[in-house]
This record gives sequence, structure tokens and C-alpha cells, in this order.
Amino acid sequence: MSQYLLQMKDISKTFPGVKALDKVELEVKPGEVHALIGENGAGKSTLIKILAGIHKPDPGAKFYFEGKEAEIQKPIDATMKGISIIYQDLSLFPNLSVAENIYIGQDSNKGSWSKIDWKAIKSKANEALKEMDVDINPNAIVEQLSIAQQQLVEIARALAFDSKLIVMDEPTSSLSSGEVEKLYKVIENLKNRGISIIFISHKLKELFKVADRFTVLRDGKFVGAYDANEVDEPKLIQLMVGRSVTYEKNQSENKAGETIFKVRNLSKKGNFKDISFELKKGEILGITGLVGSGRTELAQAIFGVNNPDEGTIELFDKKLSIKNSEQAVKNGIAYIPEARQIQGLVLEQSVTKNISLPIIKRIRNKFKLINRKKEKELANKYIETLDVRPALPDHPAENFSGGNQQKVVIGKWLSTDPNVIIFDEPTNGIDIGAKTEIHKLMRKLADDGIGVIMISSELPEILAVSDRILVMRKGRISGELDIKDATQEMIMNYSLQGLGNVKTPDISVQSGQVSQEV
Amino acid sequence: MKLTKESILGLIALGTFILMSLIAPGFLGSNNLSNFLFQLPEFGLLALGMMVVIITGGIDLSITYVAALSGVGAALMLTNGYSIISAIVVAIIFGVACGAFNGFVVSKIGVPPILVTLGTMVLFEGVILAITKGNSISGFGDTYSLIGNGYYMGVVPLSILIFIFFAILTGVLLNKSSWGRSIYMYGNNEIATLFSGIRNSRVLMKVYLYVGLLAAISAIIMTSRYNSVKVDLGSSYLLQSVAAAVLGGTNIHGGYGKVIGTVYAVIIFQTLSNGLNLLGVHSAIVDVFIGGILILVLTLNFFSDKMKSKKESRVSSVS
Repeated sequence: MSQYLLQMKDISKTFPGVKALDKVELEVKPGEVHALIGENGAGKSTLIKILAGIHKPDPGAKFYFEGKEAEIQKPIDATMKGISIIYQDLSLFPNLSVAENIYIGQDSNKGSWSKIDWKAIKSKANEALKEMDVDINPNAIVEQLSIAQQQLVEIARALAFDSKLIVMDEPTSSLSSGEVEKLYKVIENLKNRGISIIFISHKLKELFKVADRFTVLRDGKFVGAYDANEVDEPKLIQLMVGRSVTYEKNQSENKAGETIFKVRNLSKKGNFKDISFELKKGEILGITGLVGSGRTELAQAIFGVNNPDEGTIELFDKKLSIKNSEQAVKNGIAYIPEARQIQGLVLEQSVTKNISLPIIKRIRNKFKLINRKKEKELANKYIETLDVRPALPDHPAENFSGGNQQKVVIGKWLSTDPNVIIFDEPTNGIDIGAKTEIHKLMRKLADDGIGVIMISSELPEILAVSDRILVMRKGRISGELDIKDATQEMIMNYSLQGLGNVKTPDISVQSGQVSQEV
Repeated sequence: MKLTKESILGLIALGTFILMSLIAPGFLGSNNLSNFLFQLPEFGLLALGMMVVIITGGIDLSITYVAALSGVGAALMLTNGYSIISAIVVAIIFGVACGAFNGFVVSKIGVPPILVTLGTMVLFEGVILAITKGNSISGFGDTYSLIGNGYYMGVVPLSILIFIFFAILTGVLLNKSSWGRSIYMYGNNEIATLFSGIRNSRVLMKVYLYVGLLAAISAIIMTSRYNSVKVDLGSSYLLQSVAAAVLGGTNIHGGYGKVIGTVYAVIIFQTLSNGLNLLGVHSAIVDVFIGGILILVLTLNFFSDKMKSKKESRVSSVS
């Protein structure tokens, strides 16, 4: 028998326009904790989704499970083999009890007349939880449990299915340090029972406490697999980052001009508090901070889809009253959203119709009907200037790759002739070539006198593109840096600790993971 | 040549028509043909209205009761001696007001359309019963009956011209106006329209107002044709209009739908029920036929959409 429980070899996955995985391999031994690491977009989730049977790999992929060639076509195939996946956003039934969640979908609990044997289920659930050495009442309703407890219930469920391999996707991202310790104990316990664990996390420091081996992915490629004792943290960072994220420096020689846009004391309960900043002509203002620090909420408040409780917004010294996105567009404020495929585009509709959407009322003829010729010219203009490929204006947006979809969204907002454009994570999930193009485009817009704000979690991007940087933490601006003085470390400091004694508003958003923990 | 969903449907409509003229005795007789044309507009108008709501991803279950209430409005005016014009105006006001109520709850409060219109269906029915005490109101005079029974230039039924007018109007509004464009975009992705500076609530409000208008026009034709109005005026058209819209290719999840498709579907329904009726087929069997055809066409549409999306993803991964 092979020394590996799971072997995945030559795993490639092509999405329309993007090669997400390129001949990746993953080998997990029985009873080991195997850490799968890589930057955002390195292909970790795609690989796990293939393992789970959610995505099908490109032809040529090889799977072995317990030494035998295996095939995973559908999620049930993975479950039947004893592979369980615990996703970041847990997949329990919140309104059912712990015991019901653990044993749902198992046929062996039927008594006579195929009646469900609740008594047996409860006692079995109790046993399973005891075996894990956790103290959770099997009768409790899941939604009343803490996130940490819910995770343990998921693990108990995996055990109930006799899992031999459990995948945990960012299990510690929303746990307190005490809860994390508890989870590690459970993992140790599982290990001793011979169960293998694939652990996905950004927190390298933590990983060294639990992981036996590491598999590193970078840009959809397999970098290598390493024993925990042959690598250390800096070495792993280097392996993950590889090219050491070199974005071309994109700052401009031009001096920033007069102030075009001002935000004063903007607050919204539970989102952000007391935000003031100015945006000058010709500069790119970068806003960063952890996920959940209120950056997106702030941008959406400026754009009129998340109305603030108090504070003012001024454009060219004129106070704006923006109650909805229509007024924002009229005032020349454009927002390129983070969720490109949900907020940015109507995927089913053509590129042309997407580009003309925000200004559909401006291209009407004297009968108040849409001027199709004008619409076409407009779409062609932005397809050409932004180099959207393939240049097919009548094709639905869903057929284009991520980078080209983003260009369509940008084209759509340039068509509105904006004074201020807010880019929210503009290069998320886009390949490096298109990223650079978008950075250059932002610079050109700033040079043309449009106010540009860029929100990004990716610090190398922030440092490469912005002229001035605002760091947000728990809904407040915790620091402002000029590009000349800014370093990744300083930004991280502001993101994590802020200025020391700032009082923070009550944030209901859960603290997301740090994308740049490394 | 590639056939669109709608042109295939057109061929089916033509086929059914030819089939019925061959096998149903007297189908092509002038008496039957004019009957055919007189019955079509009231149903067609309701189906068009239903289609517009379905394109937004909604549904209007109150549509026939809105029509009945409009009809009652017109009837009350006529039987109390007011002019035909004022009766028509009141019918339209009733229809649009009902639409405004639906539209307000759907767009401003955000209750799902199926729940809102289920509620208003019962509500409007109750209002009609309270007004009519369950009786019918009848006797609207000869002039009024010309709307639903009269001919233009002695040959073309007046009501079919009204229908053609509203069909063209709906087509122009959907395809050429910014409102129509917003309807389709909203139907596909209401979050993206919100993030594109579109006032979703206004788009929706206008949709329900427009449906109210179409229901009122349908009511005017019905009351004129029957010379009488009761609480169940046109109520058999409720689910039929949903069926006609989806048979016509309208996507029940929103984002797609064409006037011509719905018109073809209405013609198919009308031809089948009329022809089978002439053949002496029991009305229950007619329903079986119509239901069967509906399921058949929808299944075909489902598979052709699936094939199309497969082909498209292949194209894009090559490019």
C-alpha cells in the first residue's frame, strides 16, 4: 500500500479565459496535518473544490485515494470515500439541533418501519462529541452556538461519516485565541486517531503549531511540498510570494493639484465613524485596512447605496446630497464594486447594454427612445480604448474573462464622465498582466484630472499605485501616510493597532482574515 | 438560417392553425373566425401585462381581479347614467390605482410580488363583493357594446385593433425606452442595476402601473363584450396568462421575454381551444391538450438553453 492517503496529480483547471490551476499536485499521508498555503488567488479553493467534487478538473488529472485510483465526479463521491470539507462559511442547518446536524443524511438511523430513531441519534451524537472531548449539548439549536462551537459540530459530523480526511478552510479566521487552542486540541485528537487533515490558513505562525507538512501554491502552480522542520516562516513567505509581488511602480511625477472632493465627519452606526478626508486633482488615494474595517461600507455610502447617519460630502466645494445611486451618477461619482459579477455586471446581458446602463437616459433621441446607434458607438469606443478582448460588443458579459469583465465595468463608468471614481479591489481575481493594465489606466485617469480612490487589501498594490494612503481599522481612519514614507510594516501596524488610543465604534462586522498576515 | 425561440413558436402557431382548419369543421368559417378574433384581445392584453411583470422576476396574481374591479368601476358609471368616456376613464383609474398599490408594497416595502399580489387578489375580490354584493351588474347600452363587439370599416374587430395597438406599445416600451431596458436588466440582476444608478423602485412601480392599465383595457373590452360584470370577470385568464407568457419564451426568473412570443402563445392557446371545441372535444380534454403542449415546449426550451450555454462556454474558452 502506498504511503499516502490521498494523491492528486496533474490537476489543471481552466475557467473561461483563466487557467486557475496548472498541473498541481497534493499528497497527504495518513494521520498528518497538511497545510495548504498560498496567496489569495493562488488556487487553494479551486483545488479543494476539485477534491470535493464541486469542480471537474481538466482531462489528465489523476486521483488516488488509499492507494487506489479513484474518481470524484460529484460531491457525494467525495463523501462516500470519507472526505469531508468544512467551509469557511459553515454549512450547517442553523435551525436544527446539534444531533440532527451531525446525523443528517445517514440512513443507518432508521428503526423499525423506517422511523428515525431519535434516541439512538442523540446518544450517538453525545458520544461523538464526548470522544472529541468537547462539551456541547446535542439538543442545542445550532444557530444559538458560537462560531467555534459550530465548527466543532461540523467536525463531529465529519467523524460521524467516518471521514478519513477532513479539509478545514480558514477555520481560525473568526475564532478567539482561546477557541483556537481548543480547536488545536481537537485536531491533535483526530490525528491520534489516524485521521488526516488538510488545513488552509493565511496565518503562518499558527500553522507551525499544528502542521506536519506544507504544500505551497503560487499563481495556480505547484511550488513544492515541505516537511515542517525543513522550512521556517520567512522561507514559506518567499515560496508563496515567489516573484516577491513586483508591481511596476506607478506613481506620477505630477504634483497633486487643488482639492476636488471632500468627506467630512461621515458616520454610520456599525459601519464607520467620523471619516474625513480630501481628494486632490491628479492623485490616487489608496484606502486599505483589514477586511471588515469599513472600507467598502464607506465607499458605498459615498455612492449612495449605504446612506450615512451624519457627515457631509463635497464636490468642488459644493455640498452634495446623495440619497441614492442615481444621484451619485448624476453628480459624477462612479463606484467600481468589489463583487464584479454581482454588483458590477448584468452577466446575462451584452457588453453594450452593460456599458450603457448608467447613462441609458442620456442617450435618448427626441422621442425619448434609446438611440441604438449612439449606444453602439459608445460601447465600441470603450471596447477599443480599454482593449476588451475579444471585441464582441453583442456577447453576454459572462463569456469574458475576469480581466476583460473588469474592463467592461470600467468602461461602463467612464461612459458616465465621472469626476470621482472609487475602485474597490479593482484587480481581485485578475491575472497579473491585466492588473498592470488597470493600474496604468487608473494613473491615466488621475493625470486627466479625475479623482481616483482605490480600495485594496493587497499592500503591494496599494504601495505601487497610490500617492497617499488611508488606513482603516474598525470603522475609523487609523492612519494616513504619504507614499514617500509608507512601508508594508507601517500599514500593517495601523491596520492592526491603529494610533493607540483611538476609541473604536461597535463593529458588528466580523473581523475577517488578514490577507497580508505574512 | 438560425431560428429564434420566437420564430419556432410562430411556426407552431401557424401549424396548429393549419391543422385546425383541416380537421375542425367550420374553423375557417367567417362566423368562427370573427369569434376567434373577438375572444383574443381580452386574454392577450392580460398575457402581455403578465409578461412584463414576469420579466422583472415577479408575478401578478391579482391581475384578473384588478380587471374585474376596473370593470365594476366602468359598470357603475354606465348604469348610473354617466358617459362612456367617463366610464372608460374610471376603469383606467381603478386599474392604475390597484397597480399603484401593488407597486408600492413591492417596490417600496420590498415584499415579494407573489405574496403581495396573492394578498391583493383576495383584497380586490373582497372589495368587488362588497360593492356588488355578489350580484352581476349589467345593461351598458348599445354604444358601449361596440368596443368589444363592433367592427372597424365593417371587417376588422375594433378590439383586435386595440390589442394590436397595445402590443406594439408594449414592444416599443420594452425595447426602445430606458424604462424597458431597465426592466430587463433588473430582471437579470437587481443588485447590478442598483449599483448602476438605476432607481429600482421606480422601475418596478411603473411596471405595476402599466399592468394595471392593461388590465383595465382588458376589462373595458370584456364588460363591453359580455354587457355584464361580476366578481369573476376574466378570472379563468389568471393562470392562462402566466402560461401564455412562459410558453411565449418569457423567463420565469426574469430578464427575458418578447411581445411577439407572448402573442404567438396566445394565438396557439386560442386556436387550440377554439378548434378542439368545434371538434366536440370536452373542455376538460382541451385543458389536458393545452397543459401537455405547455410542458412540451417548456421542456424543449430548457434543453435548447442548456445546449446553447454549453456551446457558448466552449466558444469562450477557445477565444
